[in-house]
Amino acid sequence: MVVPRHWREREHRYRLVATKCKICGRIYFPPRSVCPNCGRKSIGNMEKLQLSGNGTVYTYTIVHSGMNAFKLQKPYILAIIELEEGPRVTGQIVDAEPNEVYIGMPVRMVFRRIRQEGASGIIHYGYKFAPR
Amino acid sequence: MVGIVSYGAYIPRFRIDTGEIARVWGEDPNRAKKSLLVESKAVAGPDEDACTMAVEASRYAIRRWGGDPADIDVIYVGSESHPYAVKPTASILADALGASPHVMAVDLEFACKAGTAGLISAMAMVKSGMARFGLAVGSDTAQGAPGDALEYTAASGAAAFIVGSQGVIARLNGFHSVTTDTPDFWRRAGRPYPRHGGRFTGQPAYFKHILMAARGLMEKMGTGPEDYDFAIFHQPNTKFPLSAGKRLGFPKEKILPGIVVNKIGNTYAASMLMGLARVLDKAEPGQRILAVSFGSGAGSDAFDFTVTENIEAIRVDGVPTVDELIERGRFVDYAIYAKYRGKILMGDEE
Repeated sequence: MVVPRHWREREHRYRLVATKCKICGRIYFPPRSVCPNCGRKSIGNMEKLQLSGNGTVYTYTIVHSGMNAFKLQKPYILAIIELEEGPRVTGQIVDAEPNEVYIGMPVRMVFRRIRQEGASGIIHYGYKFAPR
Repeated sequence: MVGIVSYGAYIPRFRIDTGEIARVWGEDPNRAKKSLLVESKAVAGPDEDACTMAVEASRYAIRRWGGDPADIDVIYVGSESHPYAVKPTASILADALGASPHVMAVDLEFACKAGTAGLISAMAMVKSGMARFGLAVGSDTAQGAPGDALEYTAASGAAAFIVGSQGVIARLNGFHSVTTDTPDFWRRAGRPYPRHGGRFTGQPAYFKHILMAARGLMEKMGTGPEDYDFAIFHQPNTKFPLSAGKRLGFPKEKILPGIVVNKIGNTYAASMLMGLARVLDKAEPGQRILAVSFGSGAGSDAFDFTVTENIEAIRVDGVPTVDELIERGRFVDYAIYAKYRGKILMGDEE
């Protein structure tokens, strides 16, 4: 990922800031600047919404053969989290063993390193989830 | 009135038994347990660093406080393991908390006392009226060279304190600091592990500065050990703070509530602050605390606090106490610890 893209996305990656359509009320995470439901009417009607970071495991998988960036953590848990406010988000589950995770497990957002651009490049921080 | 308005601690989940470290280096497995009184230490996971732990501790502090992070006007992050040599941890923290952009944020470094240097500086900003609220964090993923005596205790953890003049839970009564050029422990630029002066780190370094700062503060305040309910000292091991307290005339009972090093090791910039957080977890309104940090190189910051009735209001659900964080530990062996802490020589990243 190039530096400006990571920088541009830091608000939602660091803090789970979503957008909400003021017309239909739908909440989007990652944030969208246009609501697919309301189309052009939503332009200028999307507001930022700070998500609580709490959610439950909607489904999950255990990754045994993943990207090299996650080599030190394998096998690791990758899950789809249903957030309290509705959006579902893909994220890693940490501070839990593969045999401890289950569908419906309450989790909360935590701030972790996601990857780095080599030993001299920038560090990408962002959200993961841990048992609540 | 200026003082602490909230606090939060973070201890990573992994632990290593000091006996396991001794096993690898062919030493007496009870060495650290008997001589240093340290049973285990906290180990950060491979996706954690001083910045992620600073964020977690600060988020707990903000949740207890219930205030708006945008009201924080100054942020100091003290660490000797900032993830970047150049690029502040404090700017990442400010953004992650939602305190950005109207905030003065900067990193500090002074071995194990950078966190308390941030605490007094934030308090000074609030007291002078230059900041509404301040945040001071001590966070470290401390590294000892493999096989070095430091490896038994060099640990990971963070403690964050929000300071202000409204809703104060621990009022600052007084402060005293001492600094001298004492090369007891150092790490040169670009080197991965620190070096130290062995026994030289004790008498002319730790004890001299801790005792001088504590005595200087008590002289300023016209107080003695009998005036304090708790005494907290920087804790590179369990033996040193107990010994420093004894020499100052504090009974063991006033020192033990602030001891965390026996279970989680020396969390460096978070060490004394973690002890202070543990004491605040249980302190009653009206109780008085003496807290003294030590940073190699060398200096000490001594604080005199009185707990206020506001302490009850910040004991909220969903924010773990220091003891709860200590108890959640999961033990790993030396191989996993070495992998997590970057002590294995890896191939090039793809």
